[in-house]
Amino acid sequence: MKAQVTVMLKDGVLDPQGEAVRHALGALGFSGVEGVRQGKLIELDLAPGTTEDQVRSMCEGLLANTVIESYRIEM
Amino acid sequence: MKAAVLVFPGSNCDRDLAVAFRAAGFQTEMVWHKETALPPGTDLVGVPGGFSYGDYLRCGAIAARSPVAAALRNHGDRGGYVFAPCNGFQILTEAGMLPGALLRNAGLKYICKTVGLRVEDTESAFTQPYEKGQVIDIPIAHHEGNYTADAETIARLNGEGRVAFRYVNTPNGATDDIAGVLSSNKRVLGMMPHPERASDPAHGNTDGAALFAGLAQALVAV
Repeated sequence: MKAQVTVMLKDGVLDPQGEAVRHALGALGFSGVEGVRQGKLIELDLAPGTTEDQVRSMCEGLLANTVIESYRIEM
Repeated sequence: MKAAVLVFPGSNCDRDLAVAFRAAGFQTEMVWHKETALPPGTDLVGVPGGFSYGDYLRCGAIAARSPVAAALRNHGDRGGYVFAPCNGFQILTEAGMLPGALLRNAGLKYICKTVGLRVEDTESAFTQPYEKGQVIDIPIAHHEGNYTADAETIARLNGEGRVAFRYVNTPNGATDDIAGVLSSNKRVLGMMPHPERASDPAHGNTDGAALFAGLAQALVAV
């Protein structure tokens, strides 16, 4: 069983890496990129029966820093 | 007076910190991250700079969940002193021992240079040897030093005199120019700059030495 956890900086937290990517896309001639946010995708290989609640505890405990990041779980 | 310096895989300022502690008069032991207890009678814990666990996941994230981190948290809860420069500051925010978080520098570059810091609060053991408003020169060397916290937390830190140091010219985008933050009992200090790299005449700058002397003085008085 796999779970995918997407971790992103919260809205309102400046993402300087995303901004740098946006500038670079502009420099390559791609117009119309109004914003870039860069995050992380974490794939978990889980034993059968692992619950979404347990994955949420993993996110709260380690995978995301909820001071600055939000997360989304897909099981 | 006993000090312990934690050592993680990837720490690289642990020995510098131990040298500064010893110069101030602390009997200092190095403590490996797999230990689950601090040496008996430890008064002061140093959480050193470096790249603990290769900065994997987030700077300080893995170190904050290592075996020795529980002992560190207990030490803080007991009212023990903790000094945490650079990666140490990142570890303490990840461990929830100090509020906020350290983001990638606003200019995206790793910055290694000496910067001016204004001493904002002189009521802690770390800062009492300095004059309020005094500007000291201390080196920084970091990629993730952009301090951030929600507006309520920033207001609380400012209101409670828990901002120990502010940058004179913020190099990294830190909110309110915050360079160092104290715990509510002012016995835990996390800061991005490295006073231990400015504490010996051979460093060419001794502006950081008073911080260690102040800690020693506070602990002698106990």
